[in-house]
Amino acid sequence: MDFFQNLDPAVQFFIFSAVKIGVVFGVTMSFVAYSVLVERKVSAWIQDRVGPNRTSPPIAQFIPILGPFLTRLGIFQPMADGLKFLLKEDFTPNYVRLAYFWLAPAIAVIPAFLTLAVIPFGSTLGNPDNKMVIADLDVGILYTFGIVSLGVYGIVLAGYAANSKYPFLGGIRSTAQMISYEIAMGMSVVSVFLLVGDLNLSKVIEYQAHGGWLVFKQPLAFFIFLVAAFAETNRLPFDLPESESELVGGYHTEYSSMKFALFFLGEYANMIASSAMMVTLFFGGWTLPFLGEPASGLLGGLLHIGIFVAKMAAFMILFIWVRWMFPRFRYDQLMDLGWRRFIPLALANILVTALVVAFVNR
Amino acid sequence: MSAPVTPPATAATQAAPPPPETVTVKVNGKTVQVPKTMPNWQGKPEATTMLQAARCAGVDIPHYCYHDKLPVAGNCRMCLVEFGTPMIGPDRKPVLNEDGSPKIARSVLPYEPGTPRGAIACATPISPGMEIYADSPATKQMREAVLESLLINHPLDCPICDQAGECKLQEYSVQHGQAESRFVEAKVHKPKAVDLGPRIILDDERCVLCTRCIRFTKDIVNDDALGIVNRGSYNTISAFPGKTFDNNYTLNTVDLCPVGALTSKDFRFKMRVWFLKETASVCTTCGTGCNTTIGSREGVVHRLEPRANDAVNGPWMCDTGRLNYKWIARADRLKEVRVGGRKSTWSTALREITAKLSTAPAGSVAIVASARQTNEELFLLKRLATKLGAITDSIAREGEPDRLLVSGDRNPNSTGARLTGVSFTEAGIQLPKIAAGIASGTIRSLIVFGEDVTQHGIDASLLAKLDMLVVSDILPNATTEAATHLLPGAAAPEKRGTFVNVKGRLQKFHKAVEAPGDARPEIEFLQELADAVAGPTGTSTIEGLFNRMTADIPAFGGVQWSAVGDTGVTLSL
Amino acid sequence: MSTKVVERKPLSAWERSYIPSFLGGLGVTWNHFKRTAPFLGNKPITMEYPEQKWVVPEGYRGAPYLVKDQEGATKCVSCQLCEFVCPPKAIRITPPGENGQPADRANAEKMPREFEINMLRCIFCGLCQEVCPEEAIFLQKDYSLTGTSREEMVYNKEKLLKLGGTHAGIQKWKHKLEEAEAQESFPVATEPQKHSH
Repeated sequence: MDFFQNLDPAVQFFIFSAVKIGVVFGVTMSFVAYSVLVERKVSAWIQDRVGPNRTSPPIAQFIPILGPFLTRLGIFQPMADGLKFLLKEDFTPNYVRLAYFWLAPAIAVIPAFLTLAVIPFGSTLGNPDNKMVIADLDVGILYTFGIVSLGVYGIVLAGYAANSKYPFLGGIRSTAQMISYEIAMGMSVVSVFLLVGDLNLSKVIEYQAHGGWLVFKQPLAFFIFLVAAFAETNRLPFDLPESESELVGGYHTEYSSMKFALFFLGEYANMIASSAMMVTLFFGGWTLPFLGEPASGLLGGLLHIGIFVAKMAAFMILFIWVRWMFPRFRYDQLMDLGWRRFIPLALANILVTALVVAFVNR
Repeated sequence: MSAPVTPPATAATQAAPPPPETVTVKVNGKTVQVPKTMPNWQGKPEATTMLQAARCAGVDIPHYCYHDKLPVAGNCRMCLVEFGTPMIGPDRKPVLNEDGSPKIARSVLPYEPGTPRGAIACATPISPGMEIYADSPATKQMREAVLESLLINHPLDCPICDQAGECKLQEYSVQHGQAESRFVEAKVHKPKAVDLGPRIILDDERCVLCTRCIRFTKDIVNDDALGIVNRGSYNTISAFPGKTFDNNYTLNTVDLCPVGALTSKDFRFKMRVWFLKETASVCTTCGTGCNTTIGSREGVVHRLEPRANDAVNGPWMCDTGRLNYKWIARADRLKEVRVGGRKSTWSTALREITAKLSTAPAGSVAIVASARQTNEELFLLKRLATKLGAITDSIAREGEPDRLLVSGDRNPNSTGARLTGVSFTEAGIQLPKIAAGIASGTIRSLIVFGEDVTQHGIDASLLAKLDMLVVSDILPNATTEAATHLLPGAAAPEKRGTFVNVKGRLQKFHKAVEAPGDARPEIEFLQELADAVAGPTGTSTIEGLFNRMTADIPAFGGVQWSAVGDTGVTLSL
Repeated sequence: MSTKVVERKPLSAWERSYIPSFLGGLGVTWNHFKRTAPFLGNKPITMEYPEQKWVVPEGYRGAPYLVKDQEGATKCVSCQLCEFVCPPKAIRITPPGENGQPADRANAEKMPREFEINMLRCIFCGLCQEVCPEEAIFLQKDYSLTGTSREEMVYNKEKLLKLGGTHAGIQKWKHKLEEAEAQESFPVATEPQKHSH
């Protein structure tokens, strides 16, 4: 440790950041992989089925005690899926716009990960100078919205590059949907920051640690944010851009192999990012009502991270659950809901909050 | 088999220009005029029976023992029908109903006037004004009772019975019988699978004792070999002690037997009859040309049966002819075109033969045809011969005739060979001349169809002298061995064509099965060859060729293919 | 008029908010989840096939096989009715012919030389069983027929008899033979017989 302490602070910061990036990326990736498994398992159970329960390497059955569970729970399914994605033929139709076709999956997946940079996923690991957030930006929320709105380009580009009518329609729908709901989403968050008085997400958590979770103070904002999050991540009941029945997969119709997997990855990473945002904004981040102070030791720090991840997982399960419960909205219903219900509601919420902040809380 | 002889056909054979005297009767309420007399089994006029009258009205009365071509026995009782006759008053005048129609007295038991009494339709002559009730309740009841009686001791072993599917007992049981048996006692068991003769197996349990087989062998074949022994329920058909049932017509009893009592050893357990495709054909064993029905399934001939044709064979055929089909499926059938002893193709062989024949000097070619070939094939060979100036002949085949069907001429188409000009009045008379021609070297090419010429004076050493020996045959022999060009041909069931029998009856036959391997009907490649060498005939179908032949050869009288029915036409020779 | 217009009940504002249907959906999916998930109810409807085998009900129409009688004799007499009735022509029987092997049973006279069922063609309709006058072929309980070649899926007589097992029946041919033997000897000896009783 001494060696580390003696390093230049800039180098220390660089090393810490690199480690945090690595860990966050790795955890998110495995989270994505196992979200898919959970999605399949939960959907199976909701539909009275068994779900994936076959995939396992042959040696797994010889592990004592755990063996039967490992082989029967589908634990290894994500690995098999990943391997399949890697090994499948990467087919490129000959009429696509090649550069965009290659670019689109990358654009779809990168913003989802970038969003995670500003999320405070824990307090500290003992050193108060080293916060558990990759970039503790003062304009964290603006950064998030800026990056998230880039995600739509991936889908739009995919729809355009494929040069085929279904992806094109999917891309169009996606653009309209994302723009519509981003407004509602952004406006719902405005009221939160009216209360907190700061755009830094760490400050938002700090506020909640003392003042109680914002979900209780701003339930309407949370509700709008939640619905908008579903729409932003293209999840049912708002998965119109990729609706299988009428658009045969929508924007990713022409994609295969790892390029398709990147869209898939992007969708789940977006879900994780949205969950993390909701946890941070409305559910107190890494805090619990009785556990609000930054940790003073390694153990406490890990506990905070655990709390954050657990809350996030709960939201992931909500995402999954809702998917197997709701049928898809019609496009006009979707637009109606966004523009004529949520935006006025969010505006009203801002107004009421502003009035409360201006006259009551003073 | 035993297709009913239609009265107009038989009437036409009688030389009776004045219209036949008719009687008016009613069958099932329908008034019909029927001839007063009709030919009996020997063709002599006899009083028309109720069964024949019903047939004229289109009503078939079920029967077992009755057969058009056998003496009437009247013992099976199956044809019992209720009938009525015009009532005659005490003044010997017909009694009339109120509407003026004659009153009909239904037949009743003399001692029990309320009970209808049937009469056997096969042996009861009609009388004017008679009414036959072939469908009345009383008639149906009589049929049911007769069938029940016949089935008392029947083993009901249809699953193992070769007759199943063409069994009158099955058919009438379905049409007229009862669904269930009332018989609870033990059945009388009789001998089964009795070896009655070299070609016949008898199952006594299935027999309904109609005696058709006994009458046939006694009255038609004049071989009184069969009879009934024992009494009552134990009645059994049997060959007389010391006599075997082995004449040349025994298999006709299998056709005659309405049930599965008499079955053919040859056809025993070979194929169920409902699978057999039936093709009208003509027997090729002798010059009589009995009409046959070929029963085949999926390219395999399973049996031959006689096909009724009163102008040729009646409903019969001989055992020799009937069993003369097994060689068709022989493993050593010629299946390959061979040129110079090596396997070749039709196009190569025909090209070579055409090239050789086209440049052959007149008189350097001889043709030995066969009287087993069809008229059309012979006609084409004659065309070739005329063009090439070739000597032609066919080969005679003689045997012992019998008094019924078998002809002394064992070729099916000797008459055709003569009419087409391939052979002369005496077949085979040109063969020594051909042999001499080969020996002297004037004949350089020989075409042989379906005959082994080494057996007829042109031996292998002579054949070796030839430049070209074209042989078409079905089975291998010494001549096919020596052939430079071997063309595999088709047996009669594998092709179509016409024969003319010894009496001048022109008959056509149809294709039942495919020729094996590369073998083709001779008409096909002969047509190619004749067109190439002697100029086109202007037709490519067998129908067109036939019509061309009958137009060219006066003896055929210009008869058209479409005019030759399945029973043929008689040429005026 | 055959068209019936059903009055649609207008939705209240509460219902239009999607919240009641959302909650209802949560309830329905939760109940299924609770019943199926391994740590809660553990009652999935899916049968895990290779490990768990389905209990075949009586009267099931599986693969048709030939059966033997209680004395181990082939019941089929090669009547070929099943071959005739078979809609996809899956059955192919070679009759014994004149000099074929005699039947296993004394009185039945014949049995098939070869009996083949092409299980790839078979549609398991059961007409062969329906038509069989000897109760010699039955649709049994086998439903999972596999093979590595087309030839392997053509089951021959030997295989069909082995798979079919025994079906005890009334043994009518034996009964007939016994009845014949119980009868007083036939009054007059006739021709020498091929099959002596």
